Amino acid sequence: MAMDVEILDDPKHHRYVLNMGPQHPSTHGVLRVLLELEGEYAMELLPVLGYGHRCHEKIAEHKPAKSFMPNTARMDYLGALIYNHGFAQLLERATGIEVPERAEYIRVITSELNRIQSHLLWYGAYLLDLGAFTPIMYAFDDREHILDILEDVTGSRLTYCYFRVGGVSKDIDDKFVTSTRAFIDRLRSRFPMYEGLVNGNVILQKRLIDVGELDPKICSRYGITGPLLRGAGVGYDLRKSEPYSIYDRFDFEVPTETKGDCMASFLVRFREMEQSLRIIEQALDSLPEGPVMAAKVPKKLKIPAGDYNSSVEAPRGELSYYLVSDGTDVPYRLKVRTPSYSNLSVIPEMCQGMLLSDVVSAMGALDLVIPEIDR
Amino acid sequence: MELFYSILPELIRIVVCAVCGAVIVFGNALVMGYAERKLAGHIMLRPGPMEVGPHGLYQLVVDGLKLMGKQLVVPLKADKPLFMLAPILAFAPVFVPLLVIPFSDKLQGFDLDVGYLLILAFASINVLAILIGGWGSNNKYSLFGAIRSVAQNVAYEIPMLISALAIIFMTNSFSLKEIAAAQSPVWFIVIQPVAFLIFIVSMVAETNRAPFDLPEAESELTAGFHTEYSGMSFSLFVLGEYANMFIICSVATVFFLGGSSGIPLPYFEYSGIIWFLAKVYFLMFFLVWIRWTYPRTRFDQLMNFCWKYLIPFSLVNLLITVVMVKLL
Amino acid sequence: MKSYFSELFTGGWSLIVGLKITLKALFTPIVTVQYPREKSVITPNYRGHIDLVKFEDTGTHKCITCGSCMRDCPSDCIVVDGEKREGVKGKFCTVFTLDFAKCSLCGACVEVCPTKTLDYSDEYELAGFARGDFQYDLLKRVEERE
Repeated sequence: MAMDVEILDDPKHHRYVLNMGPQHPSTHGVLRVLLELEGEYAMELLPVLGYGHRCHEKIAEHKPAKSFMPNTARMDYLGALIYNHGFAQLLERATGIEVPERAEYIRVITSELNRIQSHLLWYGAYLLDLGAFTPIMYAFDDREHILDILEDVTGSRLTYCYFRVGGVSKDIDDKFVTSTRAFIDRLRSRFPMYEGLVNGNVILQKRLIDVGELDPKICSRYGITGPLLRGAGVGYDLRKSEPYSIYDRFDFEVPTETKGDCMASFLVRFREMEQSLRIIEQALDSLPEGPVMAAKVPKKLKIPAGDYNSSVEAPRGELSYYLVSDGTDVPYRLKVRTPSYSNLSVIPEMCQGMLLSDVVSAMGALDLVIPEIDR
Repeated sequence: MELFYSILPELIRIVVCAVCGAVIVFGNALVMGYAERKLAGHIMLRPGPMEVGPHGLYQLVVDGLKLMGKQLVVPLKADKPLFMLAPILAFAPVFVPLLVIPFSDKLQGFDLDVGYLLILAFASINVLAILIGGWGSNNKYSLFGAIRSVAQNVAYEIPMLISALAIIFMTNSFSLKEIAAAQSPVWFIVIQPVAFLIFIVSMVAETNRAPFDLPEAESELTAGFHTEYSGMSFSLFVLGEYANMFIICSVATVFFLGGSSGIPLPYFEYSGIIWFLAKVYFLMFFLVWIRWTYPRTRFDQLMNFCWKYLIPFSLVNLLITVVMVKLL
Repeated sequence: MKSYFSELFTGGWSLIVGLKITLKALFTPIVTVQYPREKSVITPNYRGHIDLVKFEDTGTHKCITCGSCMRDCPSDCIVVDGEKREGVKGKFCTVFTLDFAKCSLCGACVEVCPTKTLDYSDEYELAGFARGDFQYDLLKRVEERE
């Protein structure tokens, strides 16, 4: 990159360039961050992207919009169902297909399970970044229950392709309901353990409090959404502020913190799991009977000319699909706005002047999923 | 010939001590390597090594063979002599402290008057090994690990020594045997609990174990000072680490847990080693236990903790001890 | 000064709480499965690669070579071909291959199949050394199956 060449050419420069990644234990994938260090303080940071780019947006311009569904799951492998949800909703909005009531409930339940799963993985991986090896195993133990539940209904464990335009591909049964209820009780009983082992731990608090502070101003400048923004004190959650699907029917809170440091987003994510459990519980209680697919979904899904947008709250922030159609069934252009990309772009400003260890904790707090950045 | 016969017993003694030292170092590495992986596994609700032998008992032997068979990769532009010297320097000095540790009343290599000083001196060589290993690797992460290690070890030697000084003032001796013998009615952990806590914390930092494993800090520095090491040179570092753990836990046992004292067994002058090893391995278990429980501290916090808490507390503790010793 | 000591005690207590939790876990039974030795039960709804269904009444599949699956596949991993034969209604399927290396397991082919002759297999232990290892001849597979 331009930066290191410049520095190496300058003999008077006493800074030290450290290349973190693309293979590094705490970049979670193929992200490369160039650090310019003074001692152990990172003075300049430059994230380098594109190692995992697969041209998803371009692929979308070459095949019927309906066929793009499996690709959405590959963008964010942790929030696959939520990405499915956004895309299915986009095409439903474009073509005016009504989704049956039951399908909407199933979508909400499975999406929220997916969100908890994503947060649990983040929780474990983040603590791994901070040097605690055990919590990831406990988090994976819980996460495995979600994967089993979702596997039973969607048929896969990670990159789900479960939602269809006009509904979901398979109905849930009583077994799903009972095992989900059992899981809710299980996870609730595990929260005190997590709080004792991790959240209250003095070493963890020292590592996270006052590290990587973001204020709402910076957030809006970089377009940061999700738990980071809520940690900075802005209660912006699409499920509440612009309710899509049937989220307006549920009683849940949007957890916020005020400080905007790593601890704030840590706690916001932790509390979100509890809120997701509340949503699932209410949805299971009021689950209606009926079909799970809209009656009339044309085989060839012609999208009327025009542009359409659909936004959902992904585990990492606001996810938007923007589609321009020229009237055929193949999109003219599909733009995906993924949250991690905006969240990542704050790194140079957020981490300036930090210790190397703090860079790791700040990057972990962003909860980056690299395939979603390099889509 | 006359001279030979006169030094023969001493020669035999030296050979026996060296052999015993080697047995302890390698045996301890086998036991701890297995126990650590097994304990870590069960803490994480998984079985740990299970495949090689019953409950994975032979895993460490196989691992050792594998590591011996591996090529020693020296990175390009590494400082080769330093790079090769570092693992030897990490491993070789661990035999000397073993000579002065009183495993039981009779089982001790040499009872030196300055036993504790000898241990401190030789344990410090480990820092040098890490430093030259990190420097010689020509790797930025290794260098960071090395720098961190030096600062950390130098800082934590102070509270460790001061807390031990309190005991030394009470017993008036640096000889480990005399210190152990001085605890016949009550162990010093009862009289000096603060010193014990400080000693334990510094012990964790001195052995570079989590939560103070900053020289390795695998999520930040990939593997810290041993990033570039492979095969046997890597395993020498590991052997050295486990041996250092053993030594420092033995010192803690001698200073605070009454050495080999315990419920008398037949031939207690020799069989006291059972109690001694039980105490040492309990402390080792504690080290493993905290490693798999806590996140890693940050470097400046580690230093703050040392300078703000450990050193003042150990100084106050020392002062009180001195006054009490004078009064009583 | 007060915070100096209170921090020490609250911090120390939080460390002890953590130790208690891991000690408890040490004596809890393990939750993992030693994979190749023991296998956890896989759900019947698992979506593996597609396979042709062997129907009881005909003793073979019911593919009519309509090509819907081929057209609907987002990754173009299915190739179907057939020919007209005497005494067979519709086309007789001669080629049905799946390039599993390309498949994204979306299930579009199974849902579109008019004769319901496509279904997911429950195989998940799939590994190979070359791309060609994942070229499945589904017709051959349905013949070989019991």
